[in-house]
Amino acid sequence: MKLEARVHEKNLVKWAADKPEVVVFSADLTNSTEIGLFKETYPDRFYSFGMTEQNMMSAAGGMAREGFTPFVHTFAVFMYRRALDQIEMSIAYPNLKVRIFGFLPGITTPGGASHQAINDIGVLRTVPNMTILETADATEVESVLDVAQSVDGPVYVRQLRGQIPRLFKEPMKLGKSRILSKGNDVVLLTSGIMTEEALKVTQVLRRSGVSIEHLHISTHKPFGDDAILDAIEKVKYGVITMENHTIFGGLGSSVAELMAEKALGKRLVRIGLKDTYAHGGSKEYLMKYYGLDAMSLVKAVENLLGQKLDIDEDHLEEPQIDQVEQIIKAEDL
Amino acid sequence: MDNEDVKKIANNIRRRVLEFTIRNGGGYLSQACSSAEILATLYTKLMNIGPSIAPKIPPEFSGVPSRYNKKYFSGYGYNGPKEPHLDRFFLSPVHYALVLYATLVETGRMLPEGLEMFNKDGGTVEMIGADHSPGHELMSGSLGQTLSQVLGIAMARKRKGEVGKNWVVMSDGEFMLGQTWEAIETLSFYNIDTVNVIIDANGQSADGKIDTVNQIEPLRERLESFGAVAVEIDGHNIQQIVDAAKIPHEKKPLFIVARTVPYQCIEILKKRAPKFHYIRITNEQEREELENFLRERFGGENA
Repeated sequence: MKLEARVHEKNLVKWAADKPEVVVFSADLTNSTEIGLFKETYPDRFYSFGMTEQNMMSAAGGMAREGFTPFVHTFAVFMYRRALDQIEMSIAYPNLKVRIFGFLPGITTPGGASHQAINDIGVLRTVPNMTILETADATEVESVLDVAQSVDGPVYVRQLRGQIPRLFKEPMKLGKSRILSKGNDVVLLTSGIMTEEALKVTQVLRRSGVSIEHLHISTHKPFGDDAILDAIEKVKYGVITMENHTIFGGLGSSVAELMAEKALGKRLVRIGLKDTYAHGGSKEYLMKYYGLDAMSLVKAVENLLGQKLDIDEDHLEEPQIDQVEQIIKAEDL
Repeated sequence: MDNEDVKKIANNIRRRVLEFTIRNGGGYLSQACSSAEILATLYTKLMNIGPSIAPKIPPEFSGVPSRYNKKYFSGYGYNGPKEPHLDRFFLSPVHYALVLYATLVETGRMLPEGLEMFNKDGGTVEMIGADHSPGHELMSGSLGQTLSQVLGIAMARKRKGEVGKNWVVMSDGEFMLGQTWEAIETLSFYNIDTVNVIIDANGQSADGKIDTVNQIEPLRERLESFGAVAVEIDGHNIQQIVDAAKIPHEKKPLFIVARTVPYQCIEILKKRAPKFHYIRITNEQEREELENFLRERFGGENA
């Protein structure tokens, strides 16, 4: 699987070429959030705010009121934590078209607890008018711009940077989950980088005789399309959610709420941070340490099935997405 | 309009706020004492705004903003239309809302009947002004956010080539907030000279005198060191307010530190020191005292 570098940086410049209403706001993390090229290409549409995140958020609201669309960039923690009141009163309450690009989701940074956005979805899901999107690969990092720009109101984008895989061919669609495989023993819902992680083992599980319906989620709010409901309704053993986030307030909670409201009495296993902050380290180390890795998914499946599957780390493989998407496409036809 | 007429408007603003304070058993009265001349001067002499385009009697509450609410109403229209060449007005400490509503009545932008809707359920003439309240445009109740929002508006208006100014009334208590200083350093960084701020420096905050709560002085010097043009005046002297607004401030924002008194023209409040933030009427004697003052100083309730 090929990794691609600085996808957002190049794509944003291309995408914004014919959109003079789009302005970019930065909080002293210009290159770290891949907007250096935008600054070079469109200096007149680039606004440096320095480390004044609260001020930057309110100013974004002000500018959106006048017809521009600020694309606000910094690390997610400095927005949803430091400037939550400003996001709420200056942007969300007036339902303004501000696009908030939050970088370093969950354990994707070695920067430790101060830099890791582990509860951004949970916090922002409670904010009225807010739409929440999360990207998982190069295709989503690119196509999320059109999706965000189509929303009449504020959008939070949990964005990836640096070296990222290209898993999908089809662009992201608002409120539509991607069906990565069909099955009826277990429903697996994954988002962000957890989709790639799950794909290392879903084929292996399938070969072990487990029938998995795997859905990839990129819209956290509004949440709950028919594909999710249909899958959970018919599933035999239960549901697993996998998120690069605390298990409170994010994908696992959304699914639990949906299941309770629709009276879908199935078991639910939530993989994610278990009410803990993380610490600094590599992504691979942190995923294993906090039980977010593919082997944790194997254990969750074993838990639901009530049997051991005899799968170990040596069995894990490269994500096999192309084949999967083709199967689904053929079914759609 | 000459200064004597502005003074009359200022005192009528105080009279209306005093009436409502007596009627409601309490209110933000000291804010009317301190800011009446500032608001009266802004609306009659300083701001280049058009006539109100909003209903003379404010509408009922029609919901908060959302992509589904097609009936949403904003209170900005009382300050006239939004035009490139016209000024805009933003009240930052929106617990001053009643003072602003009274100003709108006294300057013919709202009918006194609108004021009767003050703090009534289902209305827009709320106690703490919201975006749908007459004369308001932003959501400012969480103090310190208005200046940054106006920064964004001023940046956008500059992009569009608009020349109208953006007037902000702030309270000195807001200079305790870090975000206020973030906004000033950014106004300075972008050489924004279309933002004019008048600070009602009444020296009061919710807990009492500001200098017993935190340290914000020397305010003028601090503002200058952050890159603003700042001037200190007597905030009850209309001519000083007018003159201060004329001070050149090319490529810099203008801050007028208007020193004011929280019991100006309603001197019987003085004995409540050091608590002026919210004037509460706790017994019949206090009520009678204020009623007598209203009659003697202002000739009773408005007709």
